[in-house]
Amino acid sequence: MTLLLLVRRSLRQHLLSTVVTALSLAMAGGLLMSVWVVKRQARATFTGQTGAWDAVLGARGAKLQLVLNALFHLEASPGNVAFADFQTLSSNRAVALAIPIAVGDNYLGYRIVGTLTNLFTEAEAAPGRRFRLVGGGRWFEDGYREAVVGSFVAQRLGLKPGDTFKPYHGLNFNPKEQHEDEYVITGVLEPSNTPADRVLWIPLAGLQNMSGHAAATASDVSAVLVKLRSAVAGQQLDMLYNKQGDRLTFAWPLGTVLAQLFDKMGWFDQVLELVAYLVALVAAGSVLASIYNSLSARRRDLAILRALGARRSTVFASIILEAASIAALGMVLAWGLYAVILGAVAAVIRAQTGVVLDPWAWDPVLVIAPLALVVLGALAGVLPAIKAYGNPVAENLAPES
Amino acid sequence: MALLEIENLQKSFRTPDGRILPVVDVPGFRLNAGELVALSGPSGTGKTTFLHLIAGILAGDSGRITLDGQDMATLSEAGRDRIRARVIGYIFQTFNLLQGFTCLENVLLGMSFGPGADPVRARSLLNRVGLSDRLDYYPRQLSTGQQQRVAVARALANRPKLVLADEPTGNLDPANAAQALALIRELCAEEGSALLLVSHDPSVLAAFPRRESLAILNQASRKGGGL
Repeated sequence: MTLLLLVRRSLRQHLLSTVVTALSLAMAGGLLMSVWVVKRQARATFTGQTGAWDAVLGARGAKLQLVLNALFHLEASPGNVAFADFQTLSSNRAVALAIPIAVGDNYLGYRIVGTLTNLFTEAEAAPGRRFRLVGGGRWFEDGYREAVVGSFVAQRLGLKPGDTFKPYHGLNFNPKEQHEDEYVITGVLEPSNTPADRVLWIPLAGLQNMSGHAAATASDVSAVLVKLRSAVAGQQLDMLYNKQGDRLTFAWPLGTVLAQLFDKMGWFDQVLELVAYLVALVAAGSVLASIYNSLSARRRDLAILRALGARRSTVFASIILEAASIAALGMVLAWGLYAVILGAVAAVIRAQTGVVLDPWAWDPVLVIAPLALVVLGALAGVLPAIKAYGNPVAENLAPES
Repeated sequence: MALLEIENLQKSFRTPDGRILPVVDVPGFRLNAGELVALSGPSGTGKTTFLHLIAGILAGDSGRITLDGQDMATLSEAGRDRIRARVIGYIFQTFNLLQGFTCLENVLLGMSFGPGADPVRARSLLNRVGLSDRLDYYPRQLSTGQQQRVAVARALANRPKLVLADEPTGNLDPANAAQALALIRELCAEEGSALLLVSHDPSVLAAFPRRESLAILNQASRKGGGL
């Protein structure tokens, strides 16, 4: 009780420096937790998006680019795949399901992807989760100028069944490059928190035969999404396309391919982590400086406490507890800062990729990082505590008579 | 048996120019339980140092202080802290109240290092010194006389066997000084505490049946005599 009272009053007496120091620690804690959680969740969530598919077949090129283009609707397509190649693959006994997609158009910046209706009826939006339409509406009919719109696009552009739109050529929006073809929206997908939410889906033939597209490649597709019957099948097709063949790329296993993305971004994570650690060190230094400087003004109070019978260890402990309390206050603020940072980062990632991060998801770092910083704060209090421990009592009491 | 017994206590300080300055050199001094003694001496004669030595705040160069049957020199620092918390009540000339704490908290804090904070007794003491309506005031919100009364309540809170009062009226006007002195004497008598009060004020010294001069105690030592 005595210690807590001493600490509480000391913090109140030095309120400004307490708040400023706590805020700097909050910044360190918030940054550390955010960097860590974004890194871990992004990796898990991106990798999890591939769960409905086992592999992607595309033109010869980088596997990562192929996967990002076909599954995450990012990057440009590395090239086309002949429709015959799709047919050959889909008839392979090792393949459980093969769905072709074609890209190359957009609507107001959102990608239009041509595919077959069995993407919605036979495949899964995410592992264990089927594609579903929001109340009313229906899937598009192959061969008609109809579209099913992802939930994010529908929400952002205010689209609903019955609305029409004219696609724009290319993956990036250019108002001068609008096609003449007009599509009717037949349904809006239920939110799946996957990249499918950010896409306008139209029949494969619609995209292949869009006015202005090259007739010579009209039957080609951009990539084929593949569900395999077994892991052995993946090895066979890997051998067939990647080692024996030289025209196509078979991206498998997807987890390994996507890991390359995070490996490439590893340096960025390290820089952010380093910044967070440096902020933590600076914040710990500010705890030290703040308490150390305040000791000059508190020498008499400390001497009075000792004259009243307080032990040196009590004085020492009160300083350590004070430093730890400043850090603990900072960590309470850090959780708030973390929620703000992660909310903002999640919004950006969702807008850019359709992948949804959950700022409220449990992660051990949300406890470990604050605890570590409270310990760091307490350690920063050791030097001032030693000074307080050695504070000479007689010298700092009232003037001698 | 004496509550406080001092034998051949010596304390000196080194001056900035390197000389050794003897400040306290008391061959003998006794104080019985419940006894009230005034110790006089001009400024700079080592009165505060003498009290600090008795309280264990300073260590003597040589000699022995026996307080409540315990030889202070043989106690550990924690033991001396315990003596200060449980056996001694200290009243300072400048009150030495903790400015960040209310009157009640100042008294409770003094108790917390001893037998433990007792809010009922703390309130009762503050009521006894006439501050029942100032419990939640901070020292800066009180007059100097009121601050000294809080310091008196704090010193008596743990029912100390010995109260050390260092010029307790030195910062007060004559009216407040008289009140404070009377209050200290009354409370010590009520609690059965011995009082060793140092002052250079003749009117304060006159209120005590037993008066000692630290200068004379020191001189006695230099002459080889004692009490």
